[in-house]
Amino acid sequence: MADINRTIDAVWRIESAKLIASLTRLTRDVGLAEDLAQDALVAAMERWPETGIPDNPGAWLMATAKHRAIDHARRGKMLDRTHQQLGAERDDEQDTPESALVESMDDEIGDELLRLVFIACHPVLPMEARVALTLRLLGGLATEEIARAFLVPVATMAQRIVRAKRTLSEARVPFDVPRGPDLKARLASVLQVIYLIFNEGYTATAGDDWIRPSLCEEAMRLGRIVGGLMPEESEVFGLVALMEIQASRLRARVGPAGEPILLLDQNRALWDHVLIRHALGCLEHAEGLGGTLGPYALQAEIAACHARARTGAETDWPRIAALYDALAQLAPSPVVELNRAVAVSMAFGPAAGLEIVNELRDEKALASYHLLPAVRGDLLAKLGRHAEAREEFERAAKLTQNARERELLLACAQASGAPPDDGPTAA
Amino acid sequence: MRFMILVKANAESEAGKLPTAQDLAEMTKFNEELAKAGVMLAGEGLHSSARGVRVRFGEGKPKVIDGPFTETKELIAGFWIWNVKSKEEAIEWLKRAPFKEGEVEIRQVFEADDFGSNLTPETKAREERIRAEVSKRHGR
Repeated sequence: MADINRTIDAVWRIESAKLIASLTRLTRDVGLAEDLAQDALVAAMERWPETGIPDNPGAWLMATAKHRAIDHARRGKMLDRTHQQLGAERDDEQDTPESALVESMDDEIGDELLRLVFIACHPVLPMEARVALTLRLLGGLATEEIARAFLVPVATMAQRIVRAKRTLSEARVPFDVPRGPDLKARLASVLQVIYLIFNEGYTATAGDDWIRPSLCEEAMRLGRIVGGLMPEESEVFGLVALMEIQASRLRARVGPAGEPILLLDQNRALWDHVLIRHALGCLEHAEGLGGTLGPYALQAEIAACHARARTGAETDWPRIAALYDALAQLAPSPVVELNRAVAVSMAFGPAAGLEIVNELRDEKALASYHLLPAVRGDLLAKLGRHAEAREEFERAAKLTQNARERELLLACAQASGAPPDDGPTAA
Repeated sequence: MRFMILVKANAESEAGKLPTAQDLAEMTKFNEELAKAGVMLAGEGLHSSARGVRVRFGEGKPKVIDGPFTETKELIAGFWIWNVKSKEEAIEWLKRAPFKEGEVEIRQVFEADDFGSNLTPETKAREERIRAEVSKRHGR
């Protein structure tokens, strides 16, 4: 028999978002809804150790929370309208067998959950508050866990969440699913929040605290949930696939001495093929929806080209170059352009890549970006222009913040030929 | 963390009998629930052991033994791979599965944490430094 508190945690993880979503619809106040859900959780922690876990723990929590909501309404703290609504629902329940009630809850729950997704990621909130609220309301994470994951004190995170809930109620943010042109922008915010959570975990995977890398899993789970709620939105599936393929390489991207291993040098047997397979399924779904692919789906397609290749040599570079081309047109950025240059050079030779890179040399956004001279150096070296290559590698070495990368770049510089007499000597 | 859920065979699955329409509908609903919760990474059903083989090692050359195999309760009829936060969460999910009899096993999959050994003293030290810095700044 598993420890009862751990079981209650598990039930909470499965049920809390649905619970908060339903209660928000009833109370029209996400802050109050969360408090009521927490009250129900406390009641469960008091009761269940004695009574055992009920057969349908979700329905138990919901019924308990609703009773609290009615008590709350009786104390006159809620709108009359809500009171009436709750009263009506309770009357219904009296003649409805529990199973039928659960059925009807299932039908509505999808829409309610989706509304909760959109309210947690509402643009009226600062980005860090959207992230915190999403993890708390949808992920079912405790404030302490979120604080630890983002390396901030618990008090700070608690305050951030309280303030976010207050902002939502003061701004009278409606609890609904945006429609029409609004939907695109609001969905973009949702996806941005999820990807930010993922990247927070991804950049922290070298740490020794499991909770930070687990943000990757959390983000993938949230993405899949939103996918289930919006099966027609290809970008959601694109994002899920992108995160899953990136996460599939976590094991392979760092060597035993902590050195970063570049994609093409990674041991592909270490890639997580269960995740890759799931990702390719998501991508297939996105493609199947028709229409042009958005930036997340295109990035996932690029990642999938690598995932599908059994060895680095089998990589379909012309396809990757074409996908970067599409991405550059959809979401132009100097970094995308630099990546396109690399893909073009792999597909059509270093000279073609160099042409694109040369266009980027005056780009202000890349002025201190070490990968620009690093890529240019690499292409020049491949073209046999060693003196120029060495200069570029040395420039890149000066710009990078990463000690291991600097070593690597200086080694490349040295390999490009002897330094000029008055030049610095690569160590 | 990741778990493999092993569904054991029974006389019917071993006889190659297909699930009834209702069983199938219930299982599909459960699978949808798992997928919508972001939990399910994979799930497959397996043919009966009559269509399987075993390869036995340790007696000279590997020896191939054709199915079916007799110890039905030890055979696997299908599996899921779930991504959940705890073993308890896997248990709670499994309790909701539409099985009426038999036994299903939950096993944890080795993974990510195991690259603990890949951590360098450098990155560990860096993380610890950040954490120390944070608590110092906030007087915790």
